[in-house]
Amino acid sequence: MASRSAGHLDHRSAAGSAAAALDAQPAEVERLEALWKTPPNWLAWLTTVDHKALGIRYIVTACVFLVLGGLEAAVMRLQLARPEAHLLSPEAYNQLFTMHGTTMMFLFIQPVLSGFSFYLTPLLIGARELAFPRLNTFSYYVFLFAGVFLYAAFLIGRAPDGGWFNYTPLTSLPFDAGDNIDFYAIGLLFLGVATTVGSINLVVTILRLRAPGMSLDRMPLFLWSSLTTSIAVIASMPALTVALLFLELERRWHFVFFDPRWGGTPLLWQHLFWIFGHPWVYIVFLPATGMLSMIIPVFCRRPMVGHDIVALATVATGLAGFGVWVHHMFVTGIPQIAVGFFSAGSMIVSVPSGAQIAAWLATMWYGRVVLRTPMLFAIGFILQFVIGGISGVMTAVVPFDWQAHDTYFVVAHLHYVLAGGSLFALFGAIYYWFPKMTGRMLDETVGRYSFWVMFAGFNLAFFPMHIAGLLGMARRVYTYLPGLGLDGVNLTSTIGAFVFIGGAALTLANLLRSLHHGAVAGPDPWGANTLEWSIASPPEHYDFARIPIVKSRDPLWDGGVSPGPALDEARLTPQTTPLDARPDGVIELPAENVWPLVMSLTLLGLCTALLVRSGLGIALGAVTSFAAATRWMWPIHLHPLGTEA
Amino acid sequence: MTTTLRAAGDLFSGASGTGHDTGWWAMACVCGTEAAFFAYLITAYAYLATRATAWPPPGIARPSLVIPVVMTVALVTSSLVMAAAERAIRAGNVRALAFRLSISMGLGLVFVGLLIAEYAGRLRELLPQTHVYGSLFYVMTGMHGLHVIAGLLLIGYTLLRTLRGDFRAGAFGGVSVVALYWHFVDVVWLVLFTTLYLSPRFS
Amino acid sequence: MSVFDPASHESAMITAITWKLIVVSAVIYAIVCMVLIRAAARHRDASATAVDLTPRPVIGVVWFGAIIPVVVLVALFLMTLTAMRRYPASDTASPVTYHVTAHQWWWDVAWIDPVPGRTFHTANEIHVAVGRPARIILTSDDVIHTFWVPQLQGKIDLIPGDTTEVRFTALQPGVYRGQCAEYCGAQHAHMALVVVAEPPAAFADWVATEADAAAEPRDSAALTGRRLVVTGPCAVCHTIRGTAAAGAIGPDLTHVGSRLTLAAGALPNNIGTMEAWITSAQSLKPGVAMPSLRLFSGDELRAVAAYLEGLR
Ligand code: HEA
Ligand code: HEA
Ligand code: HEC
Ligand code: CUA
Ligand SMILES: [Cu+2]
Repeated sequence: MASRSAGHLDHRSAAGSAAAALDAQPAEVERLEALWKTPPNWLAWLTTVDHKALGIRYIVTACVFLVLGGLEAAVMRLQLARPEAHLLSPEAYNQLFTMHGTTMMFLFIQPVLSGFSFYLTPLLIGARELAFPRLNTFSYYVFLFAGVFLYAAFLIGRAPDGGWFNYTPLTSLPFDAGDNIDFYAIGLLFLGVATTVGSINLVVTILRLRAPGMSLDRMPLFLWSSLTTSIAVIASMPALTVALLFLELERRWHFVFFDPRWGGTPLLWQHLFWIFGHPWVYIVFLPATGMLSMIIPVFCRRPMVGHDIVALATVATGLAGFGVWVHHMFVTGIPQIAVGFFSAGSMIVSVPSGAQIAAWLATMWYGRVVLRTPMLFAIGFILQFVIGGISGVMTAVVPFDWQAHDTYFVVAHLHYVLAGGSLFALFGAIYYWFPKMTGRMLDETVGRYSFWVMFAGFNLAFFPMHIAGLLGMARRVYTYLPGLGLDGVNLTSTIGAFVFIGGAALTLANLLRSLHHGAVAGPDPWGANTLEWSIASPPEHYDFARIPIVKSRDPLWDGGVSPGPALDEARLTPQTTPLDARPDGVIELPAENVWPLVMSLTLLGLCTALLVRSGLGIALGAVTSFAAATRWMWPIHLHPLGTEA
Repeated sequence: MTTTLRAAGDLFSGASGTGHDTGWWAMACVCGTEAAFFAYLITAYAYLATRATAWPPPGIARPSLVIPVVMTVALVTSSLVMAAAERAIRAGNVRALAFRLSISMGLGLVFVGLLIAEYAGRLRELLPQTHVYGSLFYVMTGMHGLHVIAGLLLIGYTLLRTLRGDFRAGAFGGVSVVALYWHFVDVVWLVLFTTLYLSPRFS
Repeated sequence: MSVFDPASHESAMITAITWKLIVVSAVIYAIVCMVLIRAAARHRDASATAVDLTPRPVIGVVWFGAIIPVVVLVALFLMTLTAMRRYPASDTASPVTYHVTAHQWWWDVAWIDPVPGRTFHTANEIHVAVGRPARIILTSDDVIHTFWVPQLQGKIDLIPGDTTEVRFTALQPGVYRGQCAEYCGAQHAHMALVVVAEPPAAFADWVATEADAAAEPRDSAALTGRRLVVTGPCAVCHTIRGTAAAGAIGPDLTHVGSRLTLAAGALPNNIGTMEAWITSAQSLKPGVAMPSLRLFSGDELRAVAAYLEGLR
């Protein structure tokens, strides 16, 4: 058996031998340090281009939104604990569930997963930065400001209240005349800018900046997810943009799109939204599977069984995800042929997920399972996602969906895949990569408690929702009548939700404590296989002192990495060919400047002007945004050697 | 791209496999997402047209072809000139680059002028508020018009940089990026022209 | 409202599918759990550090991850198609026909009589005859709503500009609760309806009564009540056939006293709730188009409620 000792799960031990091999000369290190570090002043801190700092900011900001979305859910659960409760007015409840769904889908789960991509991608591919560092700063601020914009609506009591998919005509002017819906539409248009440019940044980085030798078939599986989802964003986001554009034109200037009196139809909104919306649910799911595919091999002490199958399944899910949107519209009375077609599509899209699950199980089967906290969360993911996936297949069976649609059965489905799936993977990823990000371990005992409490709470909260749905409980109801058999299941759900939140709070406490008091991690506490574990924890500003040359899939396990050049003349990183990663030159990367931040602020101004309908403001916002963009793009030769930003 | 890096050794010297820099790849992605944007607009148009009993709806004339055909000619020519501009700088001819960029830009301006003329005529019989048909017509042409204007700004910016002397035979990534965008805007127009002006004549 | 307690051909068909799906799901889930537990327990080793680099066969992944699931899914899809083709099972011969128009947040129910001119309106309550197919044509007056009576039929949307319909045959007499399932604004939660399935004779009686104009008041209190309703603000919005009240904004009240619930299932129907509804509609169902009307004195209010409750 070709087995050898590589690294240690014991965090007290020193770096593995592969890591040492990538060390550079002291003189090189000194030059790199001078080139890459962010100057120690507040403006540089604010406008940093460091993908590690920005990735962590993305993650932290998104987790703040998680807590907000979680608090909203907690209040909703209190209202639903008993029948005919009067804790919330219907208007308040409707704003809460809309903001809960919108926050979780747009401000928490997608950004948090992108945050991991921004943090990890260069480290996993052996590069020093993303392809467009300033674009990364820009997309962070746009995300932050779009979130602030949406939450500003809460402060003035006019939060969006049309549900996260915001069906017209309920959200058209005659039925919702306040600003609520405009906050939603303009806020999401604004956020779409961040999502789109972030995805473009990732696509170019993954295709062009991989370390020499890291051909596509050697690329870590997380990057397959990241690449697939980024391409899916590029292709699906515009459908939402079109829908929101139509909505605002109709609300603001009385254009016609959704009103049947002048040739429109409300179904147009539904088609456009779900053409975007279904790919979106895979966009917030595939990176989570990518995380699992990183964690499971390490804690099974062997390479992934069926690596190629998993990569293929990831791409297949991303593609097939574009052909199933009508399964959200099975009860709109559209022709049976179409319904049958999309039912079949929804079943086809389940096959790759099944293959992924099977590959993970096979890896566990042939490996030696080490039950540390990240692995516990990975197992929790599998146990819960399979329930969510199967309930998805159940709703793809059209006649069953005629009953289940718009009931708590669907609420159960979506939380099993999103909270039981993506959120659990995220917690696993936090336990797994926190040592890399901070240089400290999270406490294992607290982690285990947190997992078990969350696992119990989650299932207690969300399993009964399947039953509530089948007993006839429609979703999005601010209350329900006693005597319909719904009291018990709802009370159970509420108790479970609070247990779940308690479990998550344990991890939050663990994070806060371990940041300063956790055991020192060292470069490679888990004895892992991929490049990020070959460098210091937390990584130096320049990530890799020597550019790694990659020769295998699990370079740190089979010695498939050797040190390349230091590239210390300027802020340089190698560029390689898209498929087989042959060297293809070197690119110079820009340092921070203030214009990305300025431009995100001027765009925020533009959105605010659109909201308050100030013609002057709109003109001003457009002109200043254009000026900021021009100034930002204006070529400044960074270094005599290099090309420009 | 530099080939004189001390420590890089042989590994990175001279290799130039794909010929396009990261900027070009990013612009390709931008064009991808914009193409999807117009594809969804056209899908919406087709969806509503097939649901309608008459399209354009009764009382609204089919759009006339005269101005749009001239617009098409202007934009296609502009795109061809842009291709010639890129060829010029590949051969290191900065003056030809500047000249051809100006022509290309001029033709783009003609396109925008004609679009305004087209609107002036069309608005007399059809408002965006009249019917979903009008809304779609103005949104689709208007969104494309905005893309043309963005393209003109980009060409203007490239022209300034050309005059500044930023481009040489081996270093003209910026020109390729703009050219790619401009060709894309041209192709989108051809598809829109077919959808909005030609297709109602064949149904 | 349980899906597991069907009372029509249509619902029974879906319940059968539901049970099948539950069993299939449970089996799949049990297999996944068993494999997971075996895999986790096989070589458990909390201190393992060595890495095993031997390649392992992926044939198991292909079988369990692709081939078997495809077989199961094809079977499920065929079941879906056959069920869709057989649904709705009810034939179209001489159905009981209604035209239901959804409003924020109540249902206008129009009886479509084969004899023109005998059409009448009621609200939030539909009666059908046991064993006789019912056909309900659905439109919406404002936003999207969904018609859903779980024990009788699968749900279907009511979309402005479109017309949809449902068909079902109730098999047992009973009172079946339905609920608007599409989020339609502030009072979506309180947009219920009831379907009453009764033996043919009772059903015929109901139709005959409903088609009649409103009953004459039987005592002086009710007489006062009628005067107040007909001359008061109520008539702006409500119709009471046989009186001068001909408003078209709210539900038809001609036989409101005979209904099982008030305000689309929000309240039971009796004198007390009727009085409460008139004075406090806005606190019982915040946001409805009907204002809380406090213009009546105590006696007047009792008279109005008595009159309305007498409309049977
Ligand atoms: C992470 C996000 C995520 C994921 C991954 C999925 C995955 C799937 N979803 Fe889900 N879905 C949502 C998020 C997600 N969904 C959300 C948010 C909504 C609600 C939106 C709203 O209305 O608010 C929704 C709603 C939704 C509906 C509409 C329900 C309705 O409103 O009536 C449908 C219907 O077909 C559906 C189907 C599916 C299917 C078939 C899958 C498949 O991809 C699942 C595949 C996985 C498995 C099947 C499990 C693993 C496989 C095996 C173990 C192999 C063996 C299995 C079999 C043979 C069955 N989903
Ligand atoms: C990622 C997506 C996501 C997540 C994680 C959740 C999480 C939760 N959701 Fe949510 N939910 C949605 C997406 C999500 N939801 C969507 C899309 C809808 C549909 C909306 C619509 O209909 O428009 C919905 C709707 C929805 C409803 C139905 C409302 C209705 O139809 O009327 C309910 C009801 O109970 C509910 C409850 C909950 C609860 C109790 C949680 C709990 O899991 C929350 C747990 C909270 C936390 C975990 C945060 C607290 C955390 C800490 C204190 C520690 C922080 C830790 C770190 C920072 C590491 N959700
Ligand atoms: C501004 C219009 C308006 C006025 C005025 C009005 N109503 Fe109503 N009424 C409604 C609407 C709309 C509903 C349906 C509310 C719902 O269930 O969502 C309703 C419902 C009712 C119901 C319940 C009907 C049912 O089938 O459940 C009764 C009873 C009623 N109104 C009585 C009255 C009386 C008595 C008055 C006068 C004192 C009155 N209404 C004045 C609009 C009005
Ligand atoms: Cu009507 Cu919900
Ligand atoms: Cu979907």
